[in-house]
Amino acid sequence: MMMSDFAIETDGLTKVYGAGNTEVVAMREVSVGVRRGEIAALLGPSGAGKSTLLTAVGLINPPTSGRISIGGNLVMDGPRPQTNLTAFRLRHLGFVFQKSNLIPFLTALENVLVALELNNVGRRSGRKRAMELLDYLGVAERANNHPSMLSGGQQQRVAVARALANNPSVILADEPTAALDSHRGRQVMDLFRKVAHEQGAAVIVVTHDHRALDVFDTIYEMEDGVVRLSESR
Amino acid sequence: MNLAYKDIRHHFGRFTLTAIGIGLLLMIVMGMGGIYRGLVEEATLLVDAIGADFWVVQNGTRGPFAEVSRVPSNLVHRVAAVPGVSNAREFVFHTIQREHRGKPMRMAVLGLSWPVDKGAWLPLLTGRPLAEGHFEMIADKTLGLSLNESIRLGQETYTVVGITNGMVGSGGDGLAFFTLSDAQAIQFDLPGETVRLERSARQARLVGMDWGATQPNLVDRAASQSSEIPSLGPPQISAVIASIAPGTDLRSVTSILSGWEDVSVHSRQDQIDLLLQGMVDKARRQLGLFSALLTIISAIIMALILYTLTLDKIHDIALLKLIGAPNKVILGLILQQGLVLGSLGYGLAYLIGQKLFPLFPRRVVLTDDDLVRLAFIVLGISVLASLLGIWKALRVTPNEALSG
Ligand SMILES: Nc1ncnc2c1ncn2[C@@H]1O[C@H](COP(=O)(O)OP(=O)(O)OP(=O)(O)O)[C@@H](O)[C@H]1O
Ligand SMILES: [Mg+2]
Repeated sequence: MMMSDFAIETDGLTKVYGAGNTEVVAMREVSVGVRRGEIAALLGPSGAGKSTLLTAVGLINPPTSGRISIGGNLVMDGPRPQTNLTAFRLRHLGFVFQKSNLIPFLTALENVLVALELNNVGRRSGRKRAMELLDYLGVAERANNHPSMLSGGQQQRVAVARALANNPSVILADEPTAALDSHRGRQVMDLFRKVAHEQGAAVIVVTHDHRALDVFDTIYEMEDGVVRLSESR
Repeated sequence: MNLAYKDIRHHFGRFTLTAIGIGLLLMIVMGMGGIYRGLVEEATLLVDAIGADFWVVQNGTRGPFAEVSRVPSNLVHRVAAVPGVSNAREFVFHTIQREHRGKPMRMAVLGLSWPVDKGAWLPLLTGRPLAEGHFEMIADKTLGLSLNESIRLGQETYTVVGITNGMVGSGGDGLAFFTLSDAQAIQFDLPGETVRLERSARQARLVGMDWGATQPNLVDRAASQSSEIPSLGPPQISAVIASIAPGTDLRSVTSILSGWEDVSVHSRQDQIDLLLQGMVDKARRQLGLFSALLTIISAIIMALILYTLTLDKIHDIALLKLIGAPNKVILGLILQQGLVLGSLGYGLAYLIGQKLFPLFPRRVVLTDDDLVRLAFIVLGISVLASLLGIWKALRVTPNEALSG
C-alpha cells in the first residue's frame, strides 16, 4: 500500500452493534479519506451511522473490522489498537460531540485549560491561550462559570474551544452548531474552515444545517451505514 | 490544575456530608478502641495505684477482687515478720449498692490501714486525706458525692473529706476510702435485732450444755459484745498487702509464704493477670472482637462510599479519557479524594471524640499508640477503598462519555 497524503483514511470500516436478533450494522465497508487542510461535511438522516463513523475515527469506538490511519500511521486494525490511543487522542485529535461534553465540576476556562495542561502546556501560556479561544468564540465573559450555568450554545462553544486547544491535526465535530443560532453557527463553521486551511488540519463535521454547506471542501452523504461522496470542490 | 480539589469544591456540600458520615463512623471505631483500653486500664488501675508487691489472700482463692477472700486481721503481723518484707498492711475491699438521692449508687469500699495509711497517695481533686480514725471518707468523683456531704452507711454517718479523680474498681464502680475499721463496720453492719437474736441464741445454746449448768457465769458473759468474747474472732479482712525491702528477691519472700497452708500469695503481676484473664476477660474479648468487626465494617462502608463517588463521576472520567487524560490522572483523582475523605473523617472523629468521650459513664482511653495505629488503618482503608473505585474507573471507556 502506498503512503498517502490523507490525514484521515479509513479502509473498509464496518461496525456491527449487538449480536443475533439485536444485531445492527451501523457502518458497512466505509472507505473515505480526508486530506490535510480539508474540511468535509457528513450528511445523512438520523440513524445513518454518522456518529458511529466519527467515534470510530476518533478512536473511541473500535470498528468491528477495517482499518484506520491517521497522519499516515495505522492506528486501528479491526478492533485492535496499534498505538497508545489515549496519548494519541490528546496530541492529534480534537472533538466536539453532539451532546454536551464539558466536565461539570470545572469552569469554562478550566475545561479548556485541562486539555492544555494534560498536554504539558505551562500554566501561564495555557491560561492565555484558553482565554484567547474563549474570547474568539464569544464566551470569554462566562469563563469562570460552570457548565450548568451556561446555555446549550455557550457550552457548545466552550467545547469547540477545548477541541481546538492543542492545535490538533484532526478535528471531529458531531453537530457542533445544533444548539447555536445561525449567526453563531456560521461563525463556528468559519472557524473550522480557517483552522483547516490555515493550520492544515483535517476536519470532519456532521451537520444538518444545509445553509452552511458552502464552507466545506467535500460533502459526504451517509445512509444505512454506507458513505457516498456527494460533492467535491 | 488539581481535578480532585476542583471536584470537591464543586460538590462541597455533598462532600462535607460524606466526610461527616465517615467521621462519625470512625469516631465509633475510635471510641470502641478507647472503651476497650478503658476497661483494661480500669481493671488494673487499683492494683497499680495501691502498688503493693504482693497480696496474701485466703488459701485457694483468687481474691480479693476476682472473688471473696477472708483472712484473719492478725495475718498482717505474721506477714510483717517474714524476712525481706518491709511493710504489710490490712486490706479490706467489698462492693455495696445503696440508694443516693433516689438513684442506685454502686460503691467499692476500700479500707485504709489507719493510721499508717491516711490515703495521702490518692490523686485528690479537692479536700484532704483522712484525718480522723472514724466517720470520714474519701470518695471518687464518679460517685457523684460532693465535698463535706454526709451519707449514712449502716449505723453511722460518714462525711466526705476528699474527692479523687479516676479511682474506680475493675467493674467501673467508683471507689470510696474509709479507715479499715469503718470499712469493716460497713461490711459487717448488723441490725440491732440480729445482734440481740444472736446473743439469745448463744445463751440458749449454753444453757442446754453441761458447762452452762456448771458455770452460770458464762451464760452472763455470752450476752456481752462479740469483741469481749475470746472465742469469737475479730472481724476478718480481705487480704494483706505487703511490700518488700529494696534489694530483696520477691520470689524468696513468696516462697516462704507459699509454705503457709492457710493462705495463697499473688504477686502484683499475678493479680493483674487474674483481673485481665479472669474478671474482665469476656468483656475484653467481646469488646476487642466488636472493635475489630467495626473496623472491618467501616472499611467496607468507606469502600462503598468511595465506589459510589466514583460511579457518580463515570461520565466525567470517560470525558477526561476522551480528551486524552492518561490513567494516572484518573487514578490520582480518585486516590486523592479517598485520602482527603479519610483524613477529614479521622480529624473529625478525633475532635468529636475529644468532646464526647469524657461524658461516657466509664472511661474511654485514647492512647497515642492506638491513635497512630488507627490513623494507619484509615490510611490503608482509604487506599484500599479507592482501589475499588479505581478498578471501576480504569474500565470506563471514553465512549461512555457520549452516552447519557
Ligand atoms: N451503542 C449502540 N448499541 C447498539 N446500537 C447502536 C449503538 N449506537 C448506535 N447504534 C445504532 O447504530 C445505528 C447508527 O447510529 P448512529 O448514532 O451512528 O446514527 P447517527 O447517524 O449519528 O444518527 P443521529 O443523526 O440521530 O445522531 C442506529 O441504528 C443506532 O440505533
Ligand atoms: Mg449522531
